[in-house]
Amino acid sequence: MANIKELAKQPERLSGGHRLCAGCGASIVARQVLMGTKDPVVVGSATGCLEVATTIYPYTAWKTPFIHNAFENVAATISGVETAYKALKKKGKIKKDIKFVAFGGDGGTYDIGLQSLSGALERGHNFVYVCYDNGAYMNTGAQRSGATPKGAWTTTAPNGKVSYGKPQFRKDLTAIVAAHKIPYVAQASASHWNDLVTKSEKAFKVDGPAFLNVISMCHRGWRFPQEKTIEISKLAVETGFWPLIEIENGTWKFTYKPKERKPVIEFLKLQGRFKHLFKEENKPILEEIQKDIDENWARIERLCEASCKIA
Amino acid sequence: MSKVKKTPLTGDQAVAYAMKQIDPDVVAAYPITPQTEIVMSFSNYVANGQVSTEIIPVESEHSAMSACVGSAAAGARTMTATSANGLALMWEIVYIAASTRLPIVMPVVNRALSGPINIHCDHSDTMGARDSGWIQIYCENAQEVYENTILAVRIAEHKKILLPVMVCQDGFITSHGVEGVELFDDKKVKDFVGEYKIDDPLLDVDHPVTYGPLDLQDYYFEHKRQQSEAMKNALSVIPEVSEEFAKVFGTKYDFIEEYKLADAEIAIIAMSSAAGTVKFVVDELRKKGVKAGLLRPRIFRPFPKEKIAAALKNVKAVAVLDRSESFSAEGGPLYTDVKAGLYDSGVKPLAMNYIFGLGGRDLFPADINKVYTDLRDVLKTGKVKTALNYLGSRE
Repeated sequence: MANIKELAKQPERLSGGHRLCAGCGASIVARQVLMGTKDPVVVGSATGCLEVATTIYPYTAWKTPFIHNAFENVAATISGVETAYKALKKKGKIKKDIKFVAFGGDGGTYDIGLQSLSGALERGHNFVYVCYDNGAYMNTGAQRSGATPKGAWTTTAPNGKVSYGKPQFRKDLTAIVAAHKIPYVAQASASHWNDLVTKSEKAFKVDGPAFLNVISMCHRGWRFPQEKTIEISKLAVETGFWPLIEIENGTWKFTYKPKERKPVIEFLKLQGRFKHLFKEENKPILEEIQKDIDENWARIERLCEASCKIA
Repeated sequence: MSKVKKTPLTGDQAVAYAMKQIDPDVVAAYPITPQTEIVMSFSNYVANGQVSTEIIPVESEHSAMSACVGSAAAGARTMTATSANGLALMWEIVYIAASTRLPIVMPVVNRALSGPINIHCDHSDTMGARDSGWIQIYCENAQEVYENTILAVRIAEHKKILLPVMVCQDGFITSHGVEGVELFDDKKVKDFVGEYKIDDPLLDVDHPVTYGPLDLQDYYFEHKRQQSEAMKNALSVIPEVSEEFAKVFGTKYDFIEEYKLADAEIAIIAMSSAAGTVKFVVDELRKKGVKAGLLRPRIFRPFPKEKIAAALKNVKAVAVLDRSESFSAEGGPLYTDVKAGLYDSGVKPLAMNYIFGLGGRDLFPADINKVYTDLRDVLKTGKVKTALNYLGSRE
């Protein structure tokens, strides 16, 4: 359980003055994640908003060691850094305990970086991977990804006369990662900061790979007023669009359950990217989206129940 | 003599043995024919505790080079090895490794790049990477592969260079052929390579640095200029390191090897194992009184144009053998670089290009004899009939 007064005293590893948009979810997510450890931490980042906006040469917003390599390989890159640490520590050339975290957007994680991530998880490197999932390639102007929700407008799957936006549902990356049987996997949201920081603490503590899938709001791509970032993030959780779960050593668990799940339209209607779904002809799509969320919720409940029994 | 024993080894095993003696902190590698035996042999050294190396058995070559970048930036001496499609898959990161100025040493076992798929030797893989900012050394035999792998560590890590190095050998011909290799004493190798130390390693958490920042219109160009300077510096630094190597181990490596070239009227320029076949034919021709010679570039990047021009100053006709096709319709990469290199030297032999050995097509002494016969015709007529030729292909 995180204490907000204590957290407020922690030194910032990502300093202000970076060039992410006001109201961007990525920096909020990154700062909350980095509150999860007091040890020195090396940050890796895939190419993406977080990287380009924090490291425009000759400036850097990082007060902690930072490495960017390319788009699809942050997991492989950090696995190299972590292995170098192991090698040098073994030889007594490094004395301190150091943690490792890799940040990737959904494009860099669900899509182009999936193999690199899977390899690093399978090899069991001691690192935390954080996907800040804003549901599209936002750095290049909102192109569809495997994480884009069904029905959303993007610039490469726009709605039009014969299209209602993206026709496919999202890839369930959290479950894919959980299938690697790593010690700790969780889904989190910056709106529930205590939940996120607690999960981050757990992730940094485990011996081996840990993965956090964190919803990250993008007002430019989602089309909402920038001051509504946290409100929308909260609605993602309250509607069950983004369930707060963790899978600890194979055991699935809700870390937060809304008393009553709100209908998904409460989340969708505040965002311009779903505006067209509220036309009469797209009513069936809204119903499909709600049905998918209900089914996913029920599936997680079954997984929680079943894995608890096994554990 | 510091060479203490002679051991039958393949080119791949010779690399693995050099790596064992270098004992890098980290090796990240992925198997690919004909490089696989390097990873296999080295993994055995790891499994038996004969090295202190941490190995990363990555899921692809792209991740191999990615992990190498992370590891080398972290402050660890780092190596990998690859071939052909593996090199192609890591392409993007090959450039990043060089521009991040990380002194990674990568033995490459030359193999034809797909397609069509083919596992045998040609130089299309590394020749494609000739502009990636890596130093490239091409070895004639297993002995040279062994020695150059050790030498490459010092070249890469030299403060005036700080560039990654490819140590290339011919797939199967060298990589799988068994030769007696004279191996150096472990301690001498260890002392020669010394400790890996870079400025501002990522793992110095008390002095945090940012690696791989976004570099836009206002700085990118200057960083590229620094990279060009580093490659230029290599031209003067490599001889220094080679001199030191010669003092310790006995072998003196130059940018080029000249074989019976001093009084040659006609010459072939060829790299890697093909040079062996050429030397055999040169010897035969010399017996008949033909003034034939060979020039073998050992280092292709940086390109030693002054050395080449000086070596060719008395040669009247030259044939450049390229084991890769650049599809420029102007000839292979070695040929075009040699010609460009000679342009302002005043040395201007009649020149021809022969593309040979693609996809592992054998190169026979008869082929080389044909080239020297062509050169003698050129010498007689004073004219090059066909500049671009394909040697050993059914036309």
